Amino acid sequence: MSDSTATANGALAEAGDAHHGEHPAYQRHHFESVGQQFDATNFAMWLFLLTEIMFFGGLFTAYMIMRNWYYPAFVEASHQLNIGWGTGNTAVLITSSFTMAMGVWSAEMRKKGLLVLFLVLTFILGLAFLGIKTIEYSEKWEKHHIPGIRYSTQSFTNPQSDPEVYKEYHDKPLSPDMASKTEMYFFLYFAMTGMHALHMIIGISILGFMIVRARAGAYTTGHVTYVENFGLYWHFVDIVWIFLFPLLYLISRH
Amino acid sequence: MSEQFEQKVEHEEEHHIVSPFIYLTIVGILLVATGLTVWASYIDLGEWHIAPGLTLFWNPVVALAIACTKMVLVVLFFMHVKYTTKLTKLTVASGFFTFLVLIFMTLIDYFSRAWGRW
Repeated sequence: MSDSTATANGALAEAGDAHHGEHPAYQRHHFESVGQQFDATNFAMWLFLLTEIMFFGGLFTAYMIMRNWYYPAFVEASHQLNIGWGTGNTAVLITSSFTMAMGVWSAEMRKKGLLVLFLVLTFILGLAFLGIKTIEYSEKWEKHHIPGIRYSTQSFTNPQSDPEVYKEYHDKPLSPDMASKTEMYFFLYFAMTGMHALHMIIGISILGFMIVRARAGAYTTGHVTYVENFGLYWHFVDIVWIFLFPLLYLISRH
Repeated sequence: MSEQFEQKVEHEEEHHIVSPFIYLTIVGILLVATGLTVWASYIDLGEWHIAPGLTLFWNPVVALAIACTKMVLVVLFFMHVKYTTKLTKLTVASGFFTFLVLIFMTLIDYFSRAWGRW
């Protein structure tokens, strides 16, 4: 009796082992193969990114309409943004996308040291981007260019009161009515770059978690789905900035 | 059974590892394009008077064209869409299509609401 139970259990255990032997431990049982599992999660990540496209799409549409209506206000308000910081930040973010792509490559090649290195580099570049953004935001605070009760249109009704910007662009004074519309530009500026920065903060937090996991060897077993899908998110945030930069900083510099 | 097996093989062959050389080339192009878009914004590229009251400025057109090129490079190579399944390619394309519908239908509404009354 006890023998037969043991045999039955042994047979079950063997069947189980045989089943596991067919595929790596990270393959979930409802997938036919690792490839299918990878494709399915990849597809799901893209569906999430599509909702993100529509989310930012609403902001971009609002920007397009307001820019058409209040073009002179948008031009002069955009002159307040520092082109050096903006270009530098674009370069920082594009480079961070490159280090992230290299991180995915390291995971695929199962190089743990390189993966940790590239994730740390991406993490640092992400923080650098937010640091530069903070410098830009604090300048807006000092100049009363944050929409709200403190907002001042002085730089636009009397451009000469703002000598640093005036000596570069020689903007003509706007009528008080049009000057008040610069607040709409800054509202969109903070809404769009703020939403983008929030995505960066979420991304950097996940990166911190991934660095710890990567050091433990979690992503260099051949199971690259997590790193790959996080990479998609990071590149998406990069793409949003690729459009925000020319639309907000480069409206009319000539 | 043999059909299932073939599907598996097909899936596993599809996981393509993009080489660091391609990533380096792409990041180089992206950085050059960033410089190019800043440089172009300092030049007056003029405008095109399509009809009375309807003018197309070339500066934003060029800026957006450069941004779109950069986006396509990121999507195809960094995000591996060039090497992915047809399902994902179709998903990405339909996403951008829906985004364009959002923009164009909204703009059509704004332009046509006071049609003939300006």
